[in-house]
Amino acid sequence: MTRQAVAAGVSALALLAGAPAIAEIKIGATLAVTGPAAFLGDPEAKTLEMLVEELNANGGIDGEEVELVLYDDGGDPNKARTFATRLIEEDEVVAVIGGSTTGATMAMAPLFADYEIPFISLAGAVVIIDPVQEYVFKTPHTDRMACEKIFADITARGLTKVGMISGTGGFGASMREQCLDVAGAAGVEIVADETYGPNDSDMTPQLTNIAGTDGVEAVVNPGFGQGPAVVTRNYAQLGLEMPFYQSHGVASDEFIKLAGDAAEGVRLPATPLLIPDQLAEDDVQRQPVQDYIAAYEAAYGEKPSTFGGYAYDAFHLLTHAIREAGAEDPAAIRDAIEAIEGHAGVTGVYSFTPEDHMGLDLSAFRILEIKDGGWTPVEQ
Amino acid sequence: MAGQGTTTDVAPAGTGRREYSKSEGAGRRRIGPGLRTFLIFVALVALGALIFPSSYFYRVGTLVWINTLAVTGIVVLLGYVGLVSLGHAGFFAIGAYVTAIGPNYGIPSPLAMAGGVALAGLLALIVGRPILKLSGYYLAIATLGLGMLIWMVLSKEAWLTGGPDGMVVSGMNARNLFKMVGLSLKSAEAWYWVAGLVAAIGAAIAVNLAGSPSGRALRAIHDSDVAARSLGVDVAKAKSRAFVISAIYAAVAGALLALANGYITPDTGGFMHSVEMVTMAVLGGAASVYGALVGALILTALPQVLTVFADYEHMVLGGIMVLTMILMRRGLVPFIADLWNRRKS
Repeated sequence: MTRQAVAAGVSALALLAGAPAIAEIKIGATLAVTGPAAFLGDPEAKTLEMLVEELNANGGIDGEEVELVLYDDGGDPNKARTFATRLIEEDEVVAVIGGSTTGATMAMAPLFADYEIPFISLAGAVVIIDPVQEYVFKTPHTDRMACEKIFADITARGLTKVGMISGTGGFGASMREQCLDVAGAAGVEIVADETYGPNDSDMTPQLTNIAGTDGVEAVVNPGFGQGPAVVTRNYAQLGLEMPFYQSHGVASDEFIKLAGDAAEGVRLPATPLLIPDQLAEDDVQRQPVQDYIAAYEAAYGEKPSTFGGYAYDAFHLLTHAIREAGAEDPAAIRDAIEAIEGHAGVTGVYSFTPEDHMGLDLSAFRILEIKDGGWTPVEQ
Repeated sequence: MAGQGTTTDVAPAGTGRREYSKSEGAGRRRIGPGLRTFLIFVALVALGALIFPSSYFYRVGTLVWINTLAVTGIVVLLGYVGLVSLGHAGFFAIGAYVTAIGPNYGIPSPLAMAGGVALAGLLALIVGRPILKLSGYYLAIATLGLGMLIWMVLSKEAWLTGGPDGMVVSGMNARNLFKMVGLSLKSAEAWYWVAGLVAAIGAAIAVNLAGSPSGRALRAIHDSDVAARSLGVDVAKAKSRAFVISAIYAAVAGALLALANGYITPDTGGFMHSVEMVTMAVLGGAASVYGALVGALILTALPQVLTVFADYEHMVLGGIMVLTMILMRRGLVPFIADLWNRRKS
């Protein structure tokens, strides 16, 4: 009796709120909202929550409300796997977004094949999609592509001899390896290869070594956090004039603030999120980028980050697929994701194939140059 | 913990002994304490299997048993001998990584697992001697350093370990073990049983150790190094032995986790994981294997329960820790056992 009364009350409330709570589509997410990888997971979680709210306010997917079940795995692969099991078994979600880190993603990945649930990862490494796993997709571009993009810009300037100074943290170490790997194919030669620790406060010795290397023509700095800002300052202090490249890991206004005037002239590959107003009118990414920034600023009063953009794209790809395939059969949703072609997101334009579960090409990256404390796209 | 050690630490075994004499009087067969612990653990594993509705519960259950096993090693070291190690995640990770790396070089999983455990034991033996001359904070810092070193090797040597992103563990699935004896289980269930049975064996060994002459020597060291030496205990050798044993526990648990997850990252060997293991032991009560089980159960399962109010998760866990430390200084299990005994008498 009482339970019926409560149920009646709840549905009355739902009617009052104007929500068409006929049936619910459950989408799962497990992200590193706290812990050392929170810089990834926090904007991702905020983005997903914002998008679900927005979607439901607009009537959900074909009148069905979407429910987001979000867990915080703290970046711990072990927890991520437990939460993924929970999302699939207990919450009975139709698809899962998440895995802020590569470790968390890879720990979960085998589950999705077992249960035939589509999964869109927000982590960077190539191993997630190479070799292709049937139920695993990802939205961020890889380190490898960042290297290729940087090297393409260097060769476009007619230069070939590159010095590298890399952070030894996870991001820097992984990208360094990818850069060394693709250098030959990209037509550049790595003539110097220096590294620094994540907490080092002075990189002049490494930079002096690079500057003293015969024939070096450009310098690339894969790294994340404060390190690249220190390298950039040291680079200016030493008065080095060679073209200097940073990675997409520091593509944020924060970097310009940390590096100050020394950042002038630095180039890096980034998503269009940094240059919403400088995108051409006919650029397919202009609309999503401006929509996302406006919505995020309205909801949280701060600028969205590149990482939040990965979640934005994952959510839109997924809801698009659910619209196409319906919410009953997760395997059909998977097929619909794989069939997506030319979907313009904030990170890039996605076209999936059975062989390519990332769907991005090099055009997803724009080479930006820092000028007068702001970002300017480099014409190519 | 050390304060009233003499009487309290012996308490679990003592109460046990009284019970056998009673049961002997009733004409039942005498069961040794190790076997009894094993049977209790197996009964708990079976109880879990009876009530678990889905793979998710089996998954959490598996983690509880794996953690119990690792924490049992801490119980031997911290509860029996009174030595603090903040580097046991390192041994855990060695067990895990050797199990993962072995198949890449053509070594079958079971052999790689044994190799990982042996390597962890060997490393504990080699570094144990010099490190265990230290005590208190100094020992904690030395073991912390050891753990950090292992973690650094795992995150830096990307050609071998996959670096910070971790590596895939190919190899065996527990399901196949059960298939060999004609049982068809889901892989989550199979891992649950394997982890539960190994934890039960580990607990039985630890309990038997406590009652053996060398276990009594360890407890004598817990109360006083000097007194133990004057009774003819080779203190250095006994400490080293306990260190090796606890490293082996951690390594077996690590190997199991690697196989059950199919993927490992250097986090398994990180400082926080070491702290987590010690915390589980202290929370449950470092003096007994049941303390290991209760601590592992609470700190593994509670975060799953608390996801409903994720924002307060750390507050609740922290609150439990603080209250336990203030009100039940020897941990949950000894505290409850004391209450129980007091009520009986």
